[in-house]
Amino acid sequence: MRLKLLGALGMAVFLAACSDDTNKGATTGTGAAAQTTGVTPGSEADLVANVGDRVFFELNKNNLSSEAQATLDRQAAWLAKYPQVTVQLAGNCDDRGTEEYNIALGERRANAARDYLVAKGVAASRITTISYGKDRPTATGDDEEAWAQNRNSITSVR
Amino acid sequence: MRSNELPLISDAEASVLATYFGRRALLGTGCVAAGVLTMPLSAPAQAAPGASGDAEITVDQARTAPIPIVIPVLGGDTGQLVSSVISGDLGNCGLFSPINGALPVGVPDFGTYKSLGARALVSGTATTGSGGLRVEFRLWDVLTGQQIQGTAYTAGAGDARKIAHIIADVIYERLLGEKGYFNSRIAYIARSGPRAHQITRLAIMDQDGANSHYLSGGQWLTLTPRFSPVSEQLAFMSYANNRPRVYVLNLATGRQQLLGDFDGISFAPRFAPDGRTVVMSVTRGGGSDIYTVDLASRAKRQLTSSGAIDTSPCYSPDGSQIVFNSDRGGTPQLYIMSASGGGAKRVSYGNGTYGSPVWSPRGDLIAFTRIANGSFSLGVMAPDGTGERILTQGFTVDTPTFCPNGRVLAFCRQTAAGSGGAGFSSSIGTIDITGFHERSIPAVGMSSDPAWSPLNG
Repeated sequence: MRLKLLGALGMAVFLAACSDDTNKGATTGTGAAAQTTGVTPGSEADLVANVGDRVFFELNKNNLSSEAQATLDRQAAWLAKYPQVTVQLAGNCDDRGTEEYNIALGERRANAARDYLVAKGVAASRITTISYGKDRPTATGDDEEAWAQNRNSITSVR
Repeated sequence: MRSNELPLISDAEASVLATYFGRRALLGTGCVAAGVLTMPLSAPAQAAPGASGDAEITVDQARTAPIPIVIPVLGGDTGQLVSSVISGDLGNCGLFSPINGALPVGVPDFGTYKSLGARALVSGTATTGSGGLRVEFRLWDVLTGQQIQGTAYTAGAGDARKIAHIIADVIYERLLGEKGYFNSRIAYIARSGPRAHQITRLAIMDQDGANSHYLSGGQWLTLTPRFSPVSEQLAFMSYANNRPRVYVLNLATGRQQLLGDFDGISFAPRFAPDGRTVVMSVTRGGGSDIYTVDLASRAKRQLTSSGAIDTSPCYSPDGSQIVFNSDRGGTPQLYIMSASGGGAKRVSYGNGTYGSPVWSPRGDLIAFTRIANGSFSLGVMAPDGTGERILTQGFTVDTPTFCPNGRVLAFCRQTAAGSGGAGFSSSIGTIDITGFHERSIPAVGMSSDPAWSPLNG
């Protein structure tokens, strides 16, 4: 039995050698689009400060609101301006669903945002999607306001 | 006092032993040996065990009246440990009420134990020496004065807890007439760090929380371990290299392999009852489809393509059907289809939404999570959707998993984070399928995603 455990630990060390998973911008972004100077154009910080890195969804829904569409329009324009940039869209959920269902729901949201960007002319090859389900919440409260913040798709520069 | 004339074990007892021997032979661990005690303590008048059913104590009131059983500190230098593990198993399951009492010398004075209100008595010794561990164990029916079981175990010096769990399972089976589940483990996710970005590690422990240890580092988000029903393998989901996918870990070798080659996220794995395939969910567009992947050939087979989210598949124990979670009807509900993918039929109709279905190893119940008005419940229903009962509720109760005999569910309970997240806690609880005896598994910290193993070899 001890030998078996050592084998498992060896695997763990191997995994640990790889880099961390990240939900970049999860705690810094907003949907706002006020112009901010002093950030590198085409960077993650530029996206967060001047474009808006995330869109929000209704409970159990993946419809894009007019506000979400406006944010994605700005992202599409920004991506057109910086054609070297590739992005990851990370879908997230509030914690009022089951762990497994929410993984699929988060991916559904990320895919909705991706499809919109692609329809606006962004090459699909520049976009990857991922879902963190309910495991990477932006807000940690337990009210509707916090849950609304956590039902999102967050765009980050890869 | 001593006699070798009468058999010490009945046919039923022999079959219990054969089962244990059989499992060990099958799995090839061979670290534990059990034998019938050759030196009977019983006086001839007390010794006839009779036919297999005779020595079973009838417990039709078990839910409300746990069986009082005297579990003294066994003799020998390891007696204290073995007794405490047996006592913990039997007491925690809620069907027994362990009583302290003196270890009998020779044939027990049953009058004394009767006066304690006991129905059964354990006696024996546990000694660790240069040759390893030797445990001699006897189980007595206090009311009839019969020895129900007498077994000697030899094992490695570090196997005292394991032998104690095996003995607790023997007691459970002899007194309740169904197999126990104490010699089993629970794989789970160990959690640490702030709510917004928790470190998650694959981990495993004995079902009583002992011998907990990590199986992976915490670099990547890791979720939903699931045991193979027939081999030392876990299927689980890892975000390794930022690609969330299903992997299989061989617990014996430590070897980990990606399972299936999909464009989407693969998640929600469950082994088929024969252990040869894993059923899982794979995202596509706005939904997810259910696939099976053959472990040997890696051949994929798509079972659903509804365009909706189809996830959390789980086989019936006979392998003929799959219960799963789908929002094809608009909201997440439970459906049952044939194992080949056809004929999906909705079975959940209560208030709210449903998820995380898991089929009892007995086949007669499906456990699930139900969410209504922002609050979670854990319940069971018959496979046709009738007889729904809610067992427990909370801010979050999810990921139910049955113990090997189907009598107890383990699940994850999480509390509201509160402003700033400091209120968040995540722990593993257990509850009897009757809804009684809810408790949390102590000794491990923040944890989630329990997956109960089959009985250990």
